[in-house]
Amino acid sequence: MRIAELKSMAKKPWRYCLEVRDLSAEYGERAAIEGISFAIQPGQMIAVIGPNGAGKSTLFKAILGLIPRQRGEILLHEKPALPQRALIGYLPQVEDINRDFPVLVQDVVMMGCYPRIGWCRRPGLTDHQSVRQALARVDMLSHAQTQIGQLSGGQLQRVLLARVLAQDAHLLLLDEPVSGVDAASQHAIFALLDELRQNGRTVVVATHDLNCVIDRFDQVLCINKRMIAYGPPNVLFREDILEQTFGHHLMIVQVGDRHLVVADEHGWPTRTRSVKSDT
Amino acid sequence: MLEFLIAPFEFGFMQRALIGSVLVGAICALVGTYVVLRGLAFVGDALSHAAFPGVVIAYLLKANIHLGAAIFTVLTALGIGLVSRRGRVSYDTAIGILFAGAFALGVLLMSRIRGYTVDLFSFLFGNVLGISRQDLFLAGILGTIVALTIFLFYKELLLLSFDPTIAEAMGYPVQALNYLLLSLIALTIVISIQAVGIILVVALLVTPSATAYLLTNRFSRMMLLGILFAALAAVSGLYLSYYLNVASGAAIVLVSTCLFFLVLAGRRLWPAGMRRA
Repeated sequence: MRIAELKSMAKKPWRYCLEVRDLSAEYGERAAIEGISFAIQPGQMIAVIGPNGAGKSTLFKAILGLIPRQRGEILLHEKPALPQRALIGYLPQVEDINRDFPVLVQDVVMMGCYPRIGWCRRPGLTDHQSVRQALARVDMLSHAQTQIGQLSGGQLQRVLLARVLAQDAHLLLLDEPVSGVDAASQHAIFALLDELRQNGRTVVVATHDLNCVIDRFDQVLCINKRMIAYGPPNVLFREDILEQTFGHHLMIVQVGDRHLVVADEHGWPTRTRSVKSDT
Repeated sequence: MLEFLIAPFEFGFMQRALIGSVLVGAICALVGTYVVLRGLAFVGDALSHAAFPGVVIAYLLKANIHLGAAIFTVLTALGIGLVSRRGRVSYDTAIGILFAGAFALGVLLMSRIRGYTVDLFSFLFGNVLGISRQDLFLAGILGTIVALTIFLFYKELLLLSFDPTIAEAMGYPVQALNYLLLSLIALTIVISIQAVGIILVVALLVTPSATAYLLTNRFSRMMLLGILFAALAAVSGLYLSYYLNVASGAAIVLVSTCLFFLVLAGRRLWPAGMRRA
């Protein structure tokens, strides 16, 4: 299917941007997912939460066809997702990137334009413009000529996000976009995601940081190998559901108009112990 | 001095050797950029050894030796992919099994040939001084095919090398592109066997590109610098070979190796701005 065709398709008022029905997939033996179903309306921002090894990355990889699915259906704009993959922007975990590769920041972002440019052609003026725009939106334009190995983790994360922006994707799958990222980058990334949502993009974020989830997302998908629950965060953030998802007891505390998830004394992965949500 | 530089190339075979070794070096550096960045040195070594039975069989049948080499390297390239995808055997194990097996087949067949086998030895260790007009023509055509393919699929091969996951997520046929790259490596090896021989081909594939990698942060410059280092090694290697009366292929490879270590050492002495981080 040609890209232009796909684009005009994406502008139609679809009921759902992404529908996943009864999806089961396996990635090695460690991260298998089973019976995952959910549907996302266009312009929504969704969080996928679950402990490490719950299959969040596996879910994304299955949606993108990077690993074979054993059962289930994945629909993008009510049609099978695989042939339309160029419309899905994917931000993998930063650790997967080879930082010693001889490419500059601008080269990496340009890769987001490749499907649009097409086979055997060179990038044109508009492509260079959209690279600059994407870099400006993540505030990395001044680093356009930097080799990627010289960036901090947060900066590299923003560059990879710029690649997704340059791709002009309609559905964004972001795997832990704010983990290991400094507070300023974290803030910038969430502001950008809000902006994308307002432009009608659909954003799916995998995270294990619950406190950034509560007040920001439209819907939350809780998984732990299997499907636990799917719904708006204020409905879903009950202590029993969180316990099923994370396998230990968590408390939800309201402070003013903010919600915080805190561990009781029986252990919570130390990293997120008393992190406050910063909205 | 000028006399010293020009004298060797008054001979026709030296002129052909010069053109041949620079051409081969340049193609190797182009393809070698991918070999170095994707860690395919072992694959390259395996594919060149796998060419040996093809060479011997072609010799026995009095067929075109390059064709024999090409068939066996391409078959091995495909075989490595198949074996590692079928069973639980890892990629490098599959390579080890196939290339040693193929090489043994070549040695076995060669041991049955009675009499003079010096021609076959020249395929093991290369003899760029014996390169014929016809060989040169063939190398030119195959080299053009390789260079043109890289020019056409530059973007796609870059994406594949840097981030295969994203390439696949965007819908690129990653498996087919991998086979394309393997075929380019196989073709390059076929071209290079005449110049440096089966055993030393891997040096031309990785050393100039690795030297270039030490000096630049950009993919395209790594290709160009690699070509430069390869050409430099080819020319100096030929002079060494002529004046010291040593094997030409080995001389080219050794100059290339020396260049690598010179640059590696130089990186510590040069100002920080000229170094890769």
